Amino acid sequence: MATAVPPAAPPESRRAPAWRRALRNPRISIAGGLLLVAALAAALAPVITPFDYRDQVALPLTGSGLLGTDDFGRDVLSRLVMGMRTSLVVAAAAVVIAAVLGVLAGLVAGYLGGWTAVAVTRGADILLSFPAVVLAIAAVAILGPELRNVVIVIGVLYVPRFARIVYVQVLTVRSAEYVDAARVMGAGPMRIMLRTVLPNIAAPIIVQTSLSLSFAVQVEAGLSFLGLGAQPPLPSLGTMVAAGRDFLEVQPSLLIHPAVVIIAIVLALNVLGDGLRDLLDPRRAAR
Amino acid sequence: MSGFLVRRLGLALVQLVVVASLIFLLVRLIPGDAARAVAGEIATKEQVAAIRAEMGLDRPVWGQFLDFWAGLLRGDLGTSLISGREVMLDLPPRVANSLELVLIALALAVLIGVPLGRWAALRADRAGDHLVTGAGILGISLPVFVLGTLLLLVFSLWLPILPPERFVTIGQDPAAHLRALVLPVVTLTAASTAVIARMTRSSMLETLSADYVRTARSKGLAETLVVRRHALRTALIPVVSITGVELATLIGSTVLVETIFGWPGMSSFLMNAVGSRDYPVIQAVVLSTATIVIAVNFAADLVIRALDPRTEAV
Repeated sequence: MATAVPPAAPPESRRAPAWRRALRNPRISIAGGLLLVAALAAALAPVITPFDYRDQVALPLTGSGLLGTDDFGRDVLSRLVMGMRTSLVVAAAAVVIAAVLGVLAGLVAGYLGGWTAVAVTRGADILLSFPAVVLAIAAVAILGPELRNVVIVIGVLYVPRFARIVYVQVLTVRSAEYVDAARVMGAGPMRIMLRTVLPNIAAPIIVQTSLSLSFAVQVEAGLSFLGLGAQPPLPSLGTMVAAGRDFLEVQPSLLIHPAVVIIAIVLALNVLGDGLRDLLDPRRAAR
Repeated sequence: MSGFLVRRLGLALVQLVVVASLIFLLVRLIPGDAARAVAGEIATKEQVAAIRAEMGLDRPVWGQFLDFWAGLLRGDLGTSLISGREVMLDLPPRVANSLELVLIALALAVLIGVPLGRWAALRADRAGDHLVTGAGILGISLPVFVLGTLLLLVFSLWLPILPPERFVTIGQDPAAHLRALVLPVVTLTAASTAVIARMTRSSMLETLSADYVRTARSKGLAETLVVRRHALRTALIPVVSITGVELATLIGSTVLVETIFGWPGMSSFLMNAVGSRDYPVIQAVVLSTATIVIAVNFAADLVIRALDPRTEAV
């Protein structure tokens, strides 16, 4: 029991708010800080990259520039930052779709119960019985290999994960006194779901968002690696790993640089997700 | 147990029917004309119409749906639009090759992950635990195609212990077959081992503090017996269900891993079909992977049922 959080939590009023405890937690602040830097670099990519990612700036496969040039003589550092931008934008958009649809489905199923609940939970089970990557490959192949389709497919595939978690959480708070209180005060179902229930089940949703982002980055990169995501000349971390594979013997750094960036981002998202779960889930924090 | 078995089998069959129907709809209801996509940009109207007739897409959807099911029940998955061969001739050996990788990787993940997680849980918050926890989070953060490509770089090029080889079947040359197996299996098993070790550890920690484990301790049982007889059995229940989930993940990952190492499983079959929009093949591959996942989840639920003492008597 050598944890920072004492087993008997102090009264709610004296406990620091979650965001302040999060900042003091080294795992969360380091991983979160790294992701913040990555997100800033991705947002400002066109401004801060030394060269345009499409331009030949030096001879192919030379050491010019900070990280050298690729097989077309384009600046690897510039492409790496742009590739990170592609991967992060696709992953974030997909997770937003999954979270919004999943949370809505879970809220409605949990609050209304009955056949809505059966439909949502059974639907989630069935969607989860497809191997996600195989279904993503097939769906993107049918819809056409475009990033927009990758976003839609990953988003839809991750809806059940959010729906399930939210559904279970709603069941536990549905009969809480504060929900009854809101109903007695005359709040309608929409208001109760969004204003009363949702804030009280936010913690597991936040954790799931972080972990889903880590999966989405991996799936986007995997699809792009197979040529089904970002199309040239736009780089994604996955297409850069695929390109690096062709030059393993000549210039392994073409593989190693994007590999390190992907691993760092996924690792940071997983550490952040684990840290948030331990912080927000009192049952786990007590250990 | 038999009532449960029947109900669970019924659920698996319903899942199969829904999944197969969804795959049928996925191919047909997606925006865009499948026949035109197959024919290509420069095909004439007549060519597209001929392909549409050949694919059976000119008939009403309900008729196509019934044909699809009649075919499935006969074990007929249709004919490849590109090679003209029956899918059932080419699919089984591919699935077998993929399953070889996936099942070996999954077995290794369980055989390494469960003892590792148990070991870490028994020394919670000590150095060994931190090592396993740290390695675990790194393990789940290595995207499979990145790890595979890096392993290829290190073990085939830098230290040429396992140079890239042409695939041979186990009958042709067992030793070469096993050598070709090593890197893809290691690549696949890394993340699953980490997932299973993490789950075993946290589940063990939970059961070790449960009341019935305290009771077992207080009646004077040796700690090894408490762990083996009382804690581990219950702790394994969530591990079994995550192992079922891991199989679905591994089947997805194997598509990437086979592409990297040139293993002739479902991957090249699927990717060639994707490149040429060979719908019957895409449909068959998705259906067979979903069937495997449903079957394994069914088996996992039976194991959970057998492990869980609370449901034994029912």
